[in-house]
Amino acid sequence: MVKKIKTEFVLKGIPAAPGIAIGSAFLMDQQDFIVPERAITEGEVLVEIARFEEAVSDTRREIQGIKEKITAQVGAIDAQIFDAHLLVLEDCMLIDEVKKRIKSDKCSAESVFSKILKHYVGVFKKIEDAYIKERSADVEDVGRRVLKHLMGETRIHDFEQLSGEIVIVAHDISPSDAVTMYNKRIRGFVTDIGGRTAHTAIIAKSLGVPAVLGLKDATLRISNQDNIIIDGRKGVVIINPTEATLALYISEQAKIALYEGSLANTQDMPSETKDGRRIVLTANFEMDGEMPAVKKYRAEGIGLYRTEFFYMNRLDLPTEEEQYRAYRKIAEGIAPHSVVIRTLDLGGDKFISSIQLPREMVPFLGSRAIRLCLEEPEIFRTQLRAILRASAHGNVAMMYPMIAGPGELRAANSILLGVKQRLREKGIPFNENMPVGVMIEVPSAAMTADLLAKECNFFSIGTNDLIQYTLAVDRANEKMAQFYEPGHPAVLRLIRRTISAAHDANIKVSVCGEMASDPTLAVILLGLGLDSFSMSPSSIPVIKRALSRIRFSDAQELARQALRLSTGAEVEEFMVTELTRLVPELYNYNGEIQ
Amino acid sequence: MPKIEKTIIVKSKQGLHARPAAMFVQLANKYTSDVTIRKSGEEVNGKSIMGILMIGADCGSELTMIADGDDAEKMLAELEAYLGKED
Repeated sequence: MVKKIKTEFVLKGIPAAPGIAIGSAFLMDQQDFIVPERAITEGEVLVEIARFEEAVSDTRREIQGIKEKITAQVGAIDAQIFDAHLLVLEDCMLIDEVKKRIKSDKCSAESVFSKILKHYVGVFKKIEDAYIKERSADVEDVGRRVLKHLMGETRIHDFEQLSGEIVIVAHDISPSDAVTMYNKRIRGFVTDIGGRTAHTAIIAKSLGVPAVLGLKDATLRISNQDNIIIDGRKGVVIINPTEATLALYISEQAKIALYEGSLANTQDMPSETKDGRRIVLTANFEMDGEMPAVKKYRAEGIGLYRTEFFYMNRLDLPTEEEQYRAYRKIAEGIAPHSVVIRTLDLGGDKFISSIQLPREMVPFLGSRAIRLCLEEPEIFRTQLRAILRASAHGNVAMMYPMIAGPGELRAANSILLGVKQRLREKGIPFNENMPVGVMIEVPSAAMTADLLAKECNFFSIGTNDLIQYTLAVDRANEKMAQFYEPGHPAVLRLIRRTISAAHDANIKVSVCGEMASDPTLAVILLGLGLDSFSMSPSSIPVIKRALSRIRFSDAQELARQALRLSTGAEVEEFMVTELTRLVPELYNYNGEIQ
Repeated sequence: MPKIEKTIIVKSKQGLHARPAAMFVQLANKYTSDVTIRKSGEEVNGKSIMGILMIGADCGSELTMIADGDDAEKMLAELEAYLGKED
């Protein structure tokens, strides 16, 4: 046997989550298996049918098992996708057709099954309907599992069965894949598509592992079980590293571990600048499983609670009671700090089965977030009732996403008033003074911040969308990544405008986008007078340390000067130079702020 | 037991997609009778989510339901009430 010698090669992508990971490649096989056509004799028909039935019942057991595990680990809501999978698996038409065709075509169970499956998926994919498109992915997923059972291969996506540390290599990671990713064995992510703010980046950050995205054809160039190094700071992926490369990265990893160890003592450090200005650092939050990290990094509350996950991967809408219980649990868990619940932010790149959205040419400019809620007031009211009821049990605030100006804010607030009135009439307790905020993520909202400030209690700047809308750059499009400039003068000016309008009206401003977790940009935000920073919990120590080493007065001066520059690149260069001069100890680890 | 046929117009704005399709299948599966859905000459099993989605019935589509079995009448009454519901 000839042993294939693997040579080292390097791929460059978009750095989406920092850190270094070394592990074995795990290709999330999104492609169909090659299923050989196998003819059978009349006598084998019953055997093939029995094999098929066994594979279906094995798959059902497997899905039930995963569902129970996810329910226990992450929560019932995240496990609901598997109900859709079971519905496909128990589909009488599919099952009967397979059995009939095994008999009539005299072909093996796997070849008949895969042909029928392909036919359905092909038809579903042609139907212009978001729900059916999503179902076709369910059908494919279930199909792959059944085929694995029929063909006697190892199971798919069962990370528990793997030994050693793995790196997920995928074309893309969907929100429903993501819920299965809370596993200690997963050391990093590499994907073909996506940029810094893609869902995969958020998952990676919440797991505290590196991610390099937008590699275009990584899934074609990397094979299963290849050794891989991911450098999430530089956006580099090294495949089949030589001994020397490996040794280099192992020592880098040790340095990072040392550095992270030194961050551990930031947990009990007061959160303030060198000259004593208080900084509030809060957490972005999505799923129950993240609460331990929120506590571990001493977040002073949850600055952004994304509620979309409630609505995803299920056929029906979440009930008021279900939402109320979940919100209350988080509110009680985070008390005495506050939780800011963002109302439903669907549309754009997030779709669900239970609400059918019309197909739009540019979904990010279409019926998204608050617009969708205003179009579907019953869905909105249900969520508002749940949030208000939860407000009786902790420190709950709420904010609307994608407000484009005072008109939408008033429309949303008038629905809120109606819901409050109804609760009052029924004697259901809630906090009459629950703070209501506006997300500033559309340039028109930033431009009308002075007007919005009169009609709400706080602002939260969603920098990811604000950058995308201001610069007209699709943030999920890796080809546009070079134009996605957080330090662009237009973005900084809109942020400055928003903060000063808020402070003129005596309300607080937070940033809950990626910008808050970039130490260099966070210094600018501090200098502009930002009141609080919300980020994935694992970013808190780095930002806390960076901001504690600088004087507020210096940050103010740097921000003033940075705002006079002409490009994002100039801003970045200026900040790095100045910070190196002012706080030399900030940059003693490979250019990364300490 | 003779087969019973009933032709109706889908009233739900979402048509027989998404949640309504899943609900329809769940309702149909409460009964022991078989149910077939016919739309423009195409017939599918009414207890199959795949089948229902394949025929792609929009709001305003004309469907014929053919039920066969002991509780066919009760089943059709419930399915008809469900499909005829405006939302």
